[in-house]
Amino acid sequence: MHYESKVREPLILGDKSYTDITNDVARPIETKAPRLWWIAFSIALTMMLWGFGCIAYTIGTGIGVWGLNKTVGWAWDITNFVWWVGIGHAGTLISAVLLLFRQKWRMAINRSAEAMTIFSVIQAGLFPLIHMGRLWLAYWVFPFPNQYGSLWVNFNSPLLWDVFAISTYLTVSTVFWYTGLIPDFAMIRDRAINPLQKHIYRILSFGWGGKAKAWQRFEEVSLVLAGLATPLVLSVHTIVSMDFATSVIPGWHTTIFPPYFVAGAIFSGFAMVQTLLLIVRKIFKMEDYITIQHIEMMNIVIMVTGSIVGVAYITELFIAWYSGVEYEQYAFLNRATGPYWWAYWSMMTCNVFSPQFMWIKRLRTNLIFTFLISIVVNIGMWFERFVIIVTSLHRDYLPSSWAMFSPTFVDIGIFLGTIGFFFVLFLLYARTFPVIAQAELKTILKSSGDSQKQHHDPNGTH
Amino acid sequence: MAHTDSSPLIRAIYTDDDVVLSAVKTLREKGMKIKEVYSPFPIHGLDKALGLKETRIAMAAFIYGLFGLTVAITLTAYTMNFDWPQNIGGKPSMTWGMNMPAFVPILFELTVFFAAHLMVWTFMIINGLYPGAKEQNPDPRTTDDHFMIEVHAVKGAVDVLKASGAKEISEA
Repeated sequence: MHYESKVREPLILGDKSYTDITNDVARPIETKAPRLWWIAFSIALTMMLWGFGCIAYTIGTGIGVWGLNKTVGWAWDITNFVWWVGIGHAGTLISAVLLLFRQKWRMAINRSAEAMTIFSVIQAGLFPLIHMGRLWLAYWVFPFPNQYGSLWVNFNSPLLWDVFAISTYLTVSTVFWYTGLIPDFAMIRDRAINPLQKHIYRILSFGWGGKAKAWQRFEEVSLVLAGLATPLVLSVHTIVSMDFATSVIPGWHTTIFPPYFVAGAIFSGFAMVQTLLLIVRKIFKMEDYITIQHIEMMNIVIMVTGSIVGVAYITELFIAWYSGVEYEQYAFLNRATGPYWWAYWSMMTCNVFSPQFMWIKRLRTNLIFTFLISIVVNIGMWFERFVIIVTSLHRDYLPSSWAMFSPTFVDIGIFLGTIGFFFVLFLLYARTFPVIAQAELKTILKSSGDSQKQHHDPNGTH
Repeated sequence: MAHTDSSPLIRAIYTDDDVVLSAVKTLREKGMKIKEVYSPFPIHGLDKALGLKETRIAMAAFIYGLFGLTVAITLTAYTMNFDWPQNIGGKPSMTWGMNMPAFVPILFELTVFFAAHLMVWTFMIINGLYPGAKEQNPDPRTTDDHFMIEVHAVKGAVDVLKASGAKEISEA
């Protein structure tokens, strides 16, 4: 038997039994979709199709349909790429890092957070692919023997490190997620009444039966995958930041980038988890599992990482001044006071100022306030990438090369399209997959369930 | 766990994980052979109570990781330093050792890639898990809130199982 101090707040509210958890997790799959789901799905699907149209137009006509010019050769595409990769990070952080730290509150949210990781990395991966222009040659990024003699990819290049990092991250996150899903698919399979549904979940559950040895291996595999995913997630955004940091562009060439990008990624990722879970818990009535305590914990992470990001911004400014390099100093002065001042100050307000409200307990336990801040943070983090990328590029060394970037409808369409695609995937997931890792959650019911906690007498015996 | 024993099985259903854990201990003390325990979630301490050996899958993952690292070293050394060395950004390409710092991300990613994927494949194979496999649990309730202990039939087994807290007992 395992007991937990009475001081700790229960993680599962209400008078729940194991069957109640089963029923609550299976309900969204077995009942008809709520109206709100259909409305959200239609909007997301429309956006996705519009985005696909814009992608088709880009591929068919060429990158010239974007707003890029000779000076600003990277803009929304890379901004969106980094933004989406960053969002993905929170899922791995919740499922892997919190598993290693034995944080039990992760159990109610890890499944959806990991789903978010995979779906956002898919969006991220789209941008480098379509930026290639000739999508059908995308396989050139992999080292394979070819007809051009011994022409290999360049393993010295951070862009190629990115290929390996993102591919590893996407596939490892997917198997991590799927391994955890197998026992839960088996649960859905075993209670399915509709033969078609039973058949589908039989395929998905791989025949899982919950044998003692299988569980023993399952737990070991989860632990090792968490141990592998933790340095992996840190490496991914480190490598993304090196796309910039290893260049010689003022504003990009800084050693602070890796930790600064990782903190920013966790920050934006937790904000997106917050946005999604607040919707999921409302639509699917998961309030007993995703409690105010969970929301509060995530808000604290947002506050801490937001402050780290704030310190990084200020450090960047200080180092630019301290370096004595004129170009570096101008790059930062231009960010804050140049023609893109509005982007810089949006970033500062959204990322540094707004999370500080979370010091106040009443605000960080307020759902509507949390929801608003989570949106604000995601807008802020998009601006961060825009500021880093576009304002560092648009004023080149020679004033004759100075230019501005303005997006075309295609740039905007593709970005909106990825948001639509992301929500299409997430909404489909929420209706067909067990959104809570129920097998894992059942292991903490006796120690962290509300009613079970009250039944323990102070001596710690039954 | 005597897998070779072909005597008939008795299946006992329990409804509480702590009862299952104590039942397993009692049954083993009475000298009964437990074939399998099915549970909806991992019961901590059950593997020790059943006398299962520790899994070696973590060691397998370590070896797979070393294999991935070897692949990465071979790949980078062959392509960048042996087959067609080039001057890229002034990075030394004469030997792999001098060029290695630029390959650290690749070495790391491929190590993780091989360790994670091959471990999960191993996990699926040794547990007999594949798409469309027939469910391994005889009673569908054992993925919800019921637990099952399968024992090899011996005289008086039913009474011992009942005394250990079993709610239902059936012969398979």
